[in-house]
Amino acid sequence: MSKLNTSSPELDLDHPNIEDYLPSGSIQEPIGKLRLRDLLDISPTLTEAAGAIVDDSFTRCFKSNPPEPWNWNIYLFPLWCLGVVFRYGILFPLRVIVLTIGWIIFLLCYFPVHFLLKGHDKLRKKLERGLVEVLCSFFVASWTGVVKYHGPRPSMRPKQVFVANHTSMIDFIVLEQMTAFAVIMQKHPGWVGLLQSTILDSLGCIWFNRSEAKDREIVARKLREHVNGPDNNPLLIFPEGTCVNNNYTVMFKKGSFELGCTVCPIAIKYNKIFVDAFWNSRKQSFTTHLLQLMTSWAVVCDVWYLEPQNLKSGETPIEFAERVRDIISVRAGVKKVPWDGYLKYSRPSPKHREGKQQSFADWVLRRLEER
Amino acid sequence: MGSASSMLTQYDIEEVQEHFTQQEIVSLYKRFCQLDRNAKGFISADEFLSRLLKMVDGLNFKDFVAFLSAFSSKASTPQKIEIIFKIYDSDGDGKVVFNDIIEVLRDMTGSFMSDEQREEVLNQLLNEAGYSRESPLLKNDFIKIFDYEGLRMEMEVPID
Repeated sequence: MSKLNTSSPELDLDHPNIEDYLPSGSIQEPIGKLRLRDLLDISPTLTEAAGAIVDDSFTRCFKSNPPEPWNWNIYLFPLWCLGVVFRYGILFPLRVIVLTIGWIIFLLCYFPVHFLLKGHDKLRKKLERGLVEVLCSFFVASWTGVVKYHGPRPSMRPKQVFVANHTSMIDFIVLEQMTAFAVIMQKHPGWVGLLQSTILDSLGCIWFNRSEAKDREIVARKLREHVNGPDNNPLLIFPEGTCVNNNYTVMFKKGSFELGCTVCPIAIKYNKIFVDAFWNSRKQSFTTHLLQLMTSWAVVCDVWYLEPQNLKSGETPIEFAERVRDIISVRAGVKKVPWDGYLKYSRPSPKHREGKQQSFADWVLRRLEER
Repeated sequence: MGSASSMLTQYDIEEVQEHFTQQEIVSLYKRFCQLDRNAKGFISADEFLSRLLKMVDGLNFKDFVAFLSAFSSKASTPQKIEIIFKIYDSDGDGKVVFNDIIEVLRDMTGSFMSDEQREEVLNQLLNEAGYSRESPLLKNDFIKIFDYEGLRMEMEVPID
């Protein structure tokens, strides 16, 4: 199995409770009494092992696909050189100027609003939201972003949460441009962290800390509180928990699907012809990533706001999460990595193996007693 | 293995093509080359993965694909049963003895069943099915035992 460097913060996933995701149907419910073939049938286990030999689907999702070089012949190469000159020499400075203007306008308006309107919360919030949306538009303009939104704009209502597939932090900016969402995010260091603690805080964002054990419960509680508050900005969650390369979706964590509210799926798909928007956080910092975007031709993407879904009766949160993942993957035209991609990657722990052994043993012994 | 697919010719693919599509075979070839180098990388492999790897170790690509064909959705039930039989028949002599099955059962149940319990269950079920613990099982016996619809043993070969 290709070894995967787990030292990066993005992939240092708070290991989802694998036990939750164990297929409930791994041992077929016995019909009739225990037969010889039931004892000898190792096909599910064998299939899993064969799958592990053949498939390293998990790592596939995190590979940045290097762009096909098209500039290698005598006609195209000079064109490409011209393009580079144009992009770095003309586009890039222009874009930096645009972004700077945007920041200046934002800061000039934001701080007065934030402090002077302390008493008038409703108005203040409304203005702050508007300002953040404007700032995001400037960001998007600085990459010559062409975003096509499909579907009805999200409305501000309690008891709803938005989920989307995740490719890069710019997902947030692209979505925020249209609607001021509150997000749940990992607290980052550096200038991003500064942004998080000042501006994003006012949007009602929720922070979590992967390394803190108790954090899960605290975050779950905060999520619930936010979702129930009628004045809060709609909450946006990326249930994959990490950036994936926009050709696949990985397993959705069930946290957002057990809040007891409506889930509105959003699908995002970037057009690779212009730039690969995947942020491979192991390979580059966010700053480098932004710079790369600002020196490309354009960022073109489609955003689809899909029909809100509710937990169907008899459905578990995990099944619900899978169903929504299906809806998003189909709309965005990306492949779904089988949900047990995590299992294959993290080579089941002894606990997982023992769990399977125990259920098989219990099953056999139980059938034996029933005869 | 940058452009592994360029080392495969159409002829190579047709030679090994049994149940897989061309794209799947290209994927398998990439995996095959990787496995060749990092078979040792499966350190914490579970028992069944180890067994499978042992069976695949040293095979050339053609045999590798033939072996994995049993896990394709187009494989026939006897093909699948053959793989299962080979797993049980650890010494490869074409006969599965009582202890061979106990070995596999041990891997399946770990410390959650005692050896006595395993032997008792197996003995009982063998007798009911008309076999005895003294005489080994042959491939045809396995085919008879597993002769039912619903032996599901399919894996998907990912194509990039």
